[in-house]
This record gives sequence, C-alpha cells and structure tokens, in this order.
Amino acid sequence: MLTLQFIPYSDIEGVPLEQKIKKILGIVKEDKIIVMEGRLKKSEETELIKATMERIDNNFKGIEVSVIYPENRGDNLGRTLKNSLIGVLLGERQGLTVIGPATLIKEIKKDPDKIQLFAKEKKSKRKR
Amino acid sequence: MIGILNKFIAKVFRDIFRRRTHLKLGLYGPPNGGKTTLANRITEDWIGEKMGTVSNIPHETREIVVKEQVNIRSGKKELSFNLVDTPGIATKIDYEDFVKAGLSVKKSKKRAKEATKGVIDAIKWLDEMDVVVIVLDATQDPYSQVNITIMGNMQARDTPVLVVANKMDLKKADIKKVQAAFPQYDVVGISAKYGNNIDKFYEALFTVVG
Repeated sequence: MLTLQFIPYSDIEGVPLEQKIKKILGIVKEDKIIVMEGRLKKSEETELIKATMERIDNNFKGIEVSVIYPENRGDNLGRTLKNSLIGVLLGERQGLTVIGPATLIKEIKKDPDKIQLFAKEKKSKRKR
Repeated sequence: MIGILNKFIAKVFRDIFRRRTHLKLGLYGPPNGGKTTLANRITEDWIGEKMGTVSNIPHETREIVVKEQVNIRSGKKELSFNLVDTPGIATKIDYEDFVKAGLSVKKSKKRAKEATKGVIDAIKWLDEMDVVVIVLDATQDPYSQVNITIMGNMQARDTPVLVVANKMDLKKADIKKVQAAFPQYDVVGISAKYGNNIDKFYEALFTVVG
C-alpha cells in the first residue's frame, strides 16, 4: 500500500534548510511519498541530493523527485507577463513537488505539464 | 534588488577571472550520458591522450578528473581551459543494480559508496565552474529532475551552459525532445563515441563561451 503525505507550503516556509531536508528525508525513509505544495529553490534541490547521498546505505537507496511548475514558454506575451507577475508574488509557493523513496517508486515521468508516478509495487500506473 | 546586484558583481569578477586564467569547463549530467566519452574525445582530439575509462555500468567515473590546459581551435579562434570530468549526478544509487550488471556484491557495495561520494563532489564543484556542458543521453527522457536541477543551478549562478544531446548514432536518439525540454539553451547533437558532429560541438562551445 502506498502512503501519500501532503506538506502544505506553510509547513516549510521560513524553515531553515537543514530542518527542511531532515523533515523531507525523514518522511521518505518511512516509505511515504510526499506531495508538497510549492517547490524548493534550485540550490536547496542540490542540497537535498547531497543529503540523500550521505544517507544512502543497504536499506535506503535514495529518492525519486519531480517538480511540476508553470514555466514561461514565451509563446504568448500576455501569458508570459502574467506568469512572471504571479512568480514574483508567489515565489516558491507555485508548483507541486513529489518526492518518494527509490525503493517504492520505479520512475517519475514529467511531460512537462503532468507528472506520472510509476510505483514498483503496482502493475497499473498512478497519475497526478 | 540585492540579489541582482550580487549576481552582477559575481559576473564582473568572473569575467575578469576568465580573461586572466584558464576557464574551468565542467562536463555534467546524469550517469551513463557519455561525459567521459566526450572528455576522451576532446582530449584525444587536442592532446592526443584519453582522460578516463568508459563502461556500460553506471557510475564508472566516481571521482572528479581534471585535465589542465586543453587548447582547442575553431577557425581562427582559440580557447584554453581546464577540462573537468565529473561523476554522474543521481538521486538514487542501488548497489543491487551493479550486482545485476555482473559485479560481485562486495564490489557493488564499494562502488555504490564511492558513487554517493562522487555525486556530492560533483555538486560541490558546481561553484567552481566557468562554463558547463550538460551531457545527456538523447535516447533517454530529458525531463529528469536531475537535469532540471543542474540547469536551474547554472541559471541561478549565471554560468554559460551548452547542452549536448549525445548518442545521436543510436536509432532511439531524439534531439528534438532535448531541445523542447530546454529551449533556453543551445543544444548540439553529437556522437561522442564516433565523433559525429564534433566540429559543431566545438563551434557551439566557442559561441557559448563568447
């Protein structure tokens, strides 16, 4: 059985990076899949990868992570300006992040406006 | 505002630094994208020697390897840099994958441990790079979070990036997918293994460095 845990942005907003990573990896190591409102900063993502590597052992094999985020595609000036303004106002609150243990998740595919999560235990795929 | 000012100051300092010494050119990307094959291609073309060993088993490169003072030419232009081959960046490493690839359990566990350290080192070295070449396997899905994270970090640092869609000699290779995934960057399709389109790669490198 897969367990999804939702983390609202308010739970991670303003939290020091070390604690944020500890919280994320703590949940993942309990074999839960995190669905997080918003996203980490790019520098925080690399810190998450580093911290994951430091914790890998015979039981914990790492994480699968994917972020879905409304990108500026530049095909429509109005939409680009609107997205830029929303980006300035909301910052990292925009988007959705999925993080789970590599032992449970076979693959997360991003295409690029949807995330498909393929779990190892199930034959059918789960979509978000 | 302070962030923009900091970026500007960092860029000015980097530009001054670039003119005075060799650039550090880093080859980055996920495991088995062909970073070391490309590094070997570059050093064989311009120095006449290989840089590292290549393997089908992922995480063959587990330490940072630097080849100093590589000079390349394209037309009348010349570029001098220190070439940095880095371990593939991944979010997961399972020693059992190496066992499946034919290594002993003991060797697999050792390789996994070294690979985790390699990923950490590769990330630490991101700060040192003046130019980054992201080497992707063009037969694979380009939308992996690792690729997006590396490129996002380079963008935040204002570091010039060239994307290489490697393994174009394979039927499944699709440069359009790579271009669609990263429209903000120059993408050049090559086969590092066979040297296909390598001249275009060198030209693109000069364009990106500017």
